[in-house]
Amino acid sequence: MKSATNPQKEMEKQHKNPVENLIAEKYKYGFVTDIDSDIAPKGLNEDIVRFISAKKNEPSWLLSWRLKAFRLWQTMSEPSWAKLNYAKIDYQDAHYYAAPKVKPDIKSLDQIDPKIRQTYDKLGIPLHEQQQLAGVAVDAVFDSVSVATTFREELAKAGVIFCSISEAVQKYSEIVQKYLGTVVPYSDNFYATLNSAVFTDGSFVYIPPGVRCPMELSTYFRINAAKTGQFERTLIVADRNSYVSYLEGCTAPMRDEHQLHAAVVELVALDEAEIKYSTVQNWYPGDEQGRGGIYNFVTKRGACRGFRSKISWTQVETGSAITWKYPSCILQGDESVGKFYSIALTNHFQQADTGTKMIHLGKKTRSTIISKGISAGKAQNTYRGLVRIQPGADQARNFTQCDSLLIGNMCGAHTIPYIENRNKQSYTEHEATTSKISEEQLFYCQQRGLSAEDAVSLIVNGFCRQVLQELPMEFAVEAQKLLGISLEGSVG
Amino acid sequence: MTNIVLDIQNLHVMRDGKKILDGLNLSITEGSLDAIMGPNGSGKSTLSYVIAGHPNYQVTQGTISYLGQNLLNMSVDERARAGIFLGFQYPIEIPGVSISHFLRLIYNSRSRQLGEKEVDSFTFLKKLKELRLQLGISEDMMSRSLNAGFSGGEKKKLEMLQMVLLRPTIAILDEADSGLDIDALKIVASTINQQRQQSKSIVLITHYKRLLTYTVPDKIHIMSKGKIVKTGNQDLALQLEEKGYDKVIKAPIAGSV
Ligand SMILES: Nc1ncnc2c1ncn2[C@@H]1O[C@H](COP(=O)(O)OP(=O)(O)OP(=O)(O)O)[C@@H](O)[C@H]1O
Ligand SMILES: [Mg+2]
Repeated sequence: MKSATNPQKEMEKQHKNPVENLIAEKYKYGFVTDIDSDIAPKGLNEDIVRFISAKKNEPSWLLSWRLKAFRLWQTMSEPSWAKLNYAKIDYQDAHYYAAPKVKPDIKSLDQIDPKIRQTYDKLGIPLHEQQQLAGVAVDAVFDSVSVATTFREELAKAGVIFCSISEAVQKYSEIVQKYLGTVVPYSDNFYATLNSAVFTDGSFVYIPPGVRCPMELSTYFRINAAKTGQFERTLIVADRNSYVSYLEGCTAPMRDEHQLHAAVVELVALDEAEIKYSTVQNWYPGDEQGRGGIYNFVTKRGACRGFRSKISWTQVETGSAITWKYPSCILQGDESVGKFYSIALTNHFQQADTGTKMIHLGKKTRSTIISKGISAGKAQNTYRGLVRIQPGADQARNFTQCDSLLIGNMCGAHTIPYIENRNKQSYTEHEATTSKISEEQLFYCQQRGLSAEDAVSLIVNGFCRQVLQELPMEFAVEAQKLLGISLEGSVG
Repeated sequence: MTNIVLDIQNLHVMRDGKKILDGLNLSITEGSLDAIMGPNGSGKSTLSYVIAGHPNYQVTQGTISYLGQNLLNMSVDERARAGIFLGFQYPIEIPGVSISHFLRLIYNSRSRQLGEKEVDSFTFLKKLKELRLQLGISEDMMSRSLNAGFSGGEKKKLEMLQMVLLRPTIAILDEADSGLDIDALKIVASTINQQRQQSKSIVLITHYKRLLTYTVPDKIHIMSKGKIVKTGNQDLALQLEEKGYDKVIKAPIAGSV
């Protein structure tokens, strides 16, 4: 009934009906691709680590590095300081290697298994070069293995290396060995150590001195196989005075059990180099009852090693049942700049504990943190950030702004900033707000003819504007749509 | 006989357990300009909210029909798309939502309803510029956030701009004249007159006869304690200015219904 004589029902009608319509198109990436895959037996032990390394024909330095990590990991325990609640993960109950049975040496994109290619087509990421969006090169990672990298020749002309990390280990072993684990050491934390032992693939980028990468680089991660963990490792090195913009997207099928994703991303920027790293994370979030969904425990860190180097992290996190993620910058070079722009949206039973660390070591280093957290349903959303200014970081500056938006009365937003300033010449600024989408804002938009769903989506996009405008154009459009879809069932 | 656009019969409304409208009757005919005047707290804004379908008001008795349909069965956005516009006494701020984006969104949503095709952004910007100049709204306002940090007068002009874009069948303007400078007041009056020429109905809630000298209403209604207690012509506004509500409401005068 829609009568204004019953305000309760009136609200329900206005808010729920458009929502119900949307449910049909809920998580549209939740399909499974039926392909033959090469899969390791369940469980984790030294033999599995050796198996992975052998499958990839790795040099011995890498195998011993993996083994060191694995031995250390066995002595470590899962961190419990995050504001996250979940049943204990049984690390023996997953496969640590799953790869589509590909022809051993893919020379052209036409040789990719058509089913995998169809998967990417369905996801809106065509792997045929003639259909590509101009100006975006893609590396597609399917379960544990990179299946295609596009626009290689054009990039090679510019001297840019963009390939899977497995390939880089074979072809550019020296560069990989020089940088791997220097930003996130194998001993860094429980998940990063696990990743160091069992990582299967990921992307590798090297931009030579003075080169501005001629196109956006992008990696698209897809988990397909059941009961597998995904552990990618990405390494991006921007040599002196170079520039690269890198995009990362992720989806997974809908499954009732939780799946673990523990990636590591390392960025290195040398003198006057700039890396822009953007993520739209849309792993399967689980259903409305909190069944299934990806556990996303990710370590991302960038080192601004050079003078005036710059690293910016922009993330839109709408997926995953659990997100544990703190993309960070170590500002070593004098006058280096770190930025973190984040939108974290949680709905239903999703939980996110995310933020950043900005470690100021060099003089006149600057960092900016803009975080927008949106919670709906029964979700919990925590911003956790550390700004540390070391004694030698004269005249360093930080600006932090954390805004939270609540939709409904059953969700939570938390802001936990740690500020450690050990230099008297440096200063930090922190602003935080928490607001709700007001009934009056909704009413105003609806009075102009917008449906409740469109109104919420408009208001949320407005709230996120500062971050959305940092994303490359196509990604921004995609992200805005995603925010709308992720909020379904959130008003009422 | 003239067509009745909006017909309100014996309307009783509560909010948070308090009775605010108490047996209100009001009929609005096609193309007419009706002014509603009344003391602070008499329920004028409440009436406009109830017509628009605000979820926090409870209609406990009475009917509202709009072009023969039961309005109370329609949601807020259905009413809006069907041609009911409310100019807010206090327009709501929405941070981060750019005005031009918002205006195009609502314009196209109304166009779809009217069976017209949506316009591309170039055509829309041309149209917007024309209206903006008519209403004396500066270009840089268009890229700012909706109503955020606007002066009272700027907000009211933006409400008028939205009204024109939405081409409503009936517009209820709640104190469209408050906070306006003389020039802006004339612009608002001429915008209202244009709407009348297109046979749109306007209900003007106001405290002052000032606006009514630039756009002369067909009827003036006086509201008190949740109902319409007197209806008359332009004279009524003059008498109010001279004598105040108390005397006018009590005195039986010529021209009243
Ligand atoms: N939530 C509420 N709870 C109780 N009373 C309310 C509530 N909201 C409004 N009212 C009362 O309803 C009455 C009518 O308010 P309304 O805003 O409609 O008056 P108005 O005629 O528009 O006044 P003004 O000329 O000052 O704009 C007022 O007495 C107001 O205090
Ligand atoms: Mg009022």
